[in-house]
Amino acid sequence: MAYRIADMDSLFRDHILDHYRHPRCHGTLENPDARVEDANPLCGDRLRMDFRFADGRVAEVRFTGTGCSISLASASLLCEAIQGKTLDEVKAVTREDVLDLLGLDELGPVRSKCAMLALKTVKAAAYGVPCWPDEDLEQ
Amino acid sequence: MPTVGAASASGAAPGTGAAAAQDVLDPRLLKTQFPIFSTPREKPLVYLDSAATSQKPQAVLDAMDRYYATCNANIHRGVYGIAEEATALYEDARRRFAAFINASPREIVFTRNSTEGLNLVARTYGAWKLKAGDAVLLTPMEHHSNLVPWQMLAAERRLELRFIPLTGSGELDMDALPRLFADGKVKLVSFVHVSNVLGTVNPVAEIARVAKAHGAVVVVDASQSAAHMPLDVKALGVDFLACTSHKMLGPTGIGVLWGRRELLEAMPPFLGGGEMIRTVTLTESTWNELPWKFEAGTMCIAEAVGLGAAVQWLQRLGMDRVFAHDRELAAYAMARLGELEGVRLLGPPAEKRGGVVAFTVDGVHPHDVATVLDRDGICVRAGHHCAMPLHDALGIPASVRASFHCYSQREDVDALVTGLERVREVFAR
Repeated sequence: MAYRIADMDSLFRDHILDHYRHPRCHGTLENPDARVEDANPLCGDRLRMDFRFADGRVAEVRFTGTGCSISLASASLLCEAIQGKTLDEVKAVTREDVLDLLGLDELGPVRSKCAMLALKTVKAAAYGVPCWPDEDLEQ
Repeated sequence: MPTVGAASASGAAPGTGAAAAQDVLDPRLLKTQFPIFSTPREKPLVYLDSAATSQKPQAVLDAMDRYYATCNANIHRGVYGIAEEATALYEDARRRFAAFINASPREIVFTRNSTEGLNLVARTYGAWKLKAGDAVLLTPMEHHSNLVPWQMLAAERRLELRFIPLTGSGELDMDALPRLFADGKVKLVSFVHVSNVLGTVNPVAEIARVAKAHGAVVVVDASQSAAHMPLDVKALGVDFLACTSHKMLGPTGIGVLWGRRELLEAMPPFLGGGEMIRTVTLTESTWNELPWKFEAGTMCIAEAVGLGAAVQWLQRLGMDRVFAHDRELAAYAMARLGELEGVRLLGPPAEKRGGVVAFTVDGVHPHDVATVLDRDGICVRAGHHCAMPLHDALGIPASVRASFHCYSQREDVDALVTGLERVREVFAR
């Protein structure tokens, strides 16, 4: 099994770089209903997300953080995607959904942690827990 | 006799294909897959010390070589190709081991060996939960690895150590359990699944049931069972289980601690350092999630890969067949050794034990027995086998032990019997 990404263009495709340089849903919320912070201990990526809920839906979500293009683009894309979604819909988001948002077929286990940090953060908020475990191990 | 274990040119695991349907292992064919048995030497190797460490099949050696030759890189850090490959191999080994004992990969902590796993439980769960006056229940047949860590903790925390007594045949006296739990002080029970001296297979599920009814946490030392019989941690109903790779056809330097997730989540970490953290500042840190919270520093990557290959090999062999083979050989060895004058067998009848047969020879110290046997190329263990209190209880200073794995044959036992006849000749002079 080879994990080298042969085609740089496929990893750093335009929309990943675009979301990295111009993140959507970036910032913080005043008095959010939920604020979740998580970090990727392997490379030091950190994310903080603020949520406002209304009628069982994500009314508003904002994130701040530091990290690589994959982790921040993933946060930007995911925040955009879950706006207006019900909490049950958010709980049902999968690893594959995030890869689809990024436009990637597969990622190795190390870079996967970067891409899935946003998903972990969002899931923690949806479930109302401080921290959501890495879903790689639950398969 | 139906057989499995036909050697293939690639050195792939045996027992695949049509042969897997057969019931009985063929150790003669399996032996061809262990290079140590074909290494030229003066006398053919008669290896009867698998309880100390097992031999390694070519497939395990190849898997480790392949890792070093093709994708050696540190795991969980590098984002380059070979680091991703190394990480995947390491985590695949964890998944494979989890399936092997019917657990979640989340609950599989890689350690150095069983000893480290048991120390981890004592130092984290034990130090966190056990208070002065609490009791830890053990057995007299523990290996030092499941005795000394509790003695150390007991001295620090003023804990009481209690022991389930042995019956005359070397089994645990289950009738004593109600009395031992009666005052409610026992908060943790830790005991060996299969004795490394007596070979006794202890009734884990039954002890766990009684312990749970009294609110005690249950720790099992599976050093001698994980490599020899099917293990299902859910069916056993225990909380922690420790085992070691090198007794299960894998390399030295790596072991596994399985723990129930809720407990591992709640426990403090063991060693601090890289990898086990989530965030670090100059004055404090937060912990990584399971299982990495318990894996500080660079782990044994090649060894994990080797353990994964060993587990795959054992799975293809079929643990039911490995256990049946070990038991059959133990029964054969007990019958043959029992015919020898002056040989006294330790432990229960064959149907209650695994592939371990320990004995004494009247008038000859075990070390002398082993030295004479060694001259015929026969490897047995002589001494107290890291179970001094057990030997004290049996009233003997030491014993000789023959132990088996899938590659052990009746011919090995026959060689031992012939060797023991020579021992008597030497010492009768």
